[in-house]
Amino acid sequence: MKRQLPIAITFICAFILTVQYFVPHRSFEMMYEVSNVWLQIIGFFATLLGILSLVLNHWEKVKYKQENWIYSIVALAGLAGMTLVGLIGSQDNPVFEWLYNFILSPIQATMFSLLAFFIASAAYRAFRARTTIATILLLAAIVVMLGRVPIGAYISGGLFPWLADILLNYPNVAAKRAIIMGVGLGAAATSLKVMLGIERSYMGSD
Amino acid sequence: MTFFEKITLIDRRIVFIVIALAVIIPLLLRVDLPIKVTPEVKKVYDIIDELPPGSVIVMPCEYAPDTMAELEPMLFAVLRHCFRKDIKVIGCLFFPTGVKLIEQEFKQIAEEQGAVYGEDYVLLGYRPYPAVVIMSMGQDFRQSFPEDYYGTSLDALPMMKGVKNYDDTELVLTINATSGVDFWLIYGRERYGFRYALGVTAVMAADYYSYLNSGQVEGIIGGLKGAAEYESLIDYGDLATMGMSIQSFVHIVIVLFIIIGNVGYFASRGKQRGRR
Repeated sequence: MKRQLPIAITFICAFILTVQYFVPHRSFEMMYEVSNVWLQIIGFFATLLGILSLVLNHWEKVKYKQENWIYSIVALAGLAGMTLVGLIGSQDNPVFEWLYNFILSPIQATMFSLLAFFIASAAYRAFRARTTIATILLLAAIVVMLGRVPIGAYISGGLFPWLADILLNYPNVAAKRAIIMGVGLGAAATSLKVMLGIERSYMGSD
Repeated sequence: MTFFEKITLIDRRIVFIVIALAVIIPLLLRVDLPIKVTPEVKKVYDIIDELPPGSVIVMPCEYAPDTMAELEPMLFAVLRHCFRKDIKVIGCLFFPTGVKLIEQEFKQIAEEQGAVYGEDYVLLGYRPYPAVVIMSMGQDFRQSFPEDYYGTSLDALPMMKGVKNYDDTELVLTINATSGVDFWLIYGRERYGFRYALGVTAVMAADYYSYLNSGQVEGIIGGLKGAAEYESLIDYGDLATMGMSIQSFVHIVIVLFIIIGNVGYFASRGKQRGRR
């Protein structure tokens, strides 16, 4: 029963949602509308579970003073603090705005800005024309890097942007389409396996 | 250690300093470079430009401060264009850490262009699980958003009168740094058949050229360069145009570093072979 019931629920939900896509009847449309509302309600509980899991995970780390437990205190304090401040007052709560504008925003922007430095350093160290494939990759990267900034057109008389457009519109699209089709077929096959109860890993190991 | 071996081992702190200088110097000198507009950006501009005044477009914005350097100028340029042309904008905020940022950005451009909340633009606020929300918005925006970001009923907003779902809008233009781009394509565009265009980070743009060629995506504004192109189209040089000279110099510096590394690598490899 512990296994059959979730499989039955999965099959019924998947079957209805698949069929409704192909049947343009009002009753199926209503079913689709109801399922959308249900999905949002289930999603809310999934968020609660996620928060609970996050708190328990960090609480364990703090309780048993596991490696880097001090960062868990920061995570828990951040979660509790932002939640509390967000719940008090309206969306324009000045404390919430201050925390957002002067703590969260600079932290995120700084983290991403650092990428430019690390990418430069990594490109200098790792981008070597060791093999034919690596050389092609290297040349393509240089062409796109220069073709996608104004100075590339300026120094090459429009050659780099032209080459970059060719690379993006032909080899890139061809490879990407093949990947998308492969992923699509894989996803359809996996969905079918889940629907028919062949793939059960989503139920956990119990 | 030979000269060529040395140039393959430049200390990373020197690399960092050179990159920092490549950012700071063009910023101070304000070098203006000509910006060539690409067809994919021009297409987004044309779609909006050809809409009659009073048309409504949906703008889901899914990014946070980490990618704001690329996407904020894009949002600013598109909003300026829309407000100038009297195009109404429905903003959706699907990324939790970006909600406050995007709300502030809408406010800033609305104030600058004299746009009024509820009449010229509306913010639908944050909802988790974008795929589900996108699907329910296809039935009725009020299903997922009975109220706007500020808690006002959608029916009480003048702009939303007669706007039920995507059928009452002319375009969905997502400014996005997440997989939400795919959700809008799969669960929105393919099911409800709306016109769809993207504003994405430069690193994401290459992923969506296949959809551009198939016609599922009508235009792409890619990265800071795309934003700069849009700024030049609306004749309002701002953050992206300023960033173009910086990005150009940094790209040149990175290419130079790659060339130096390779010259050093091949020269020192040749010498090692000679020694053997």
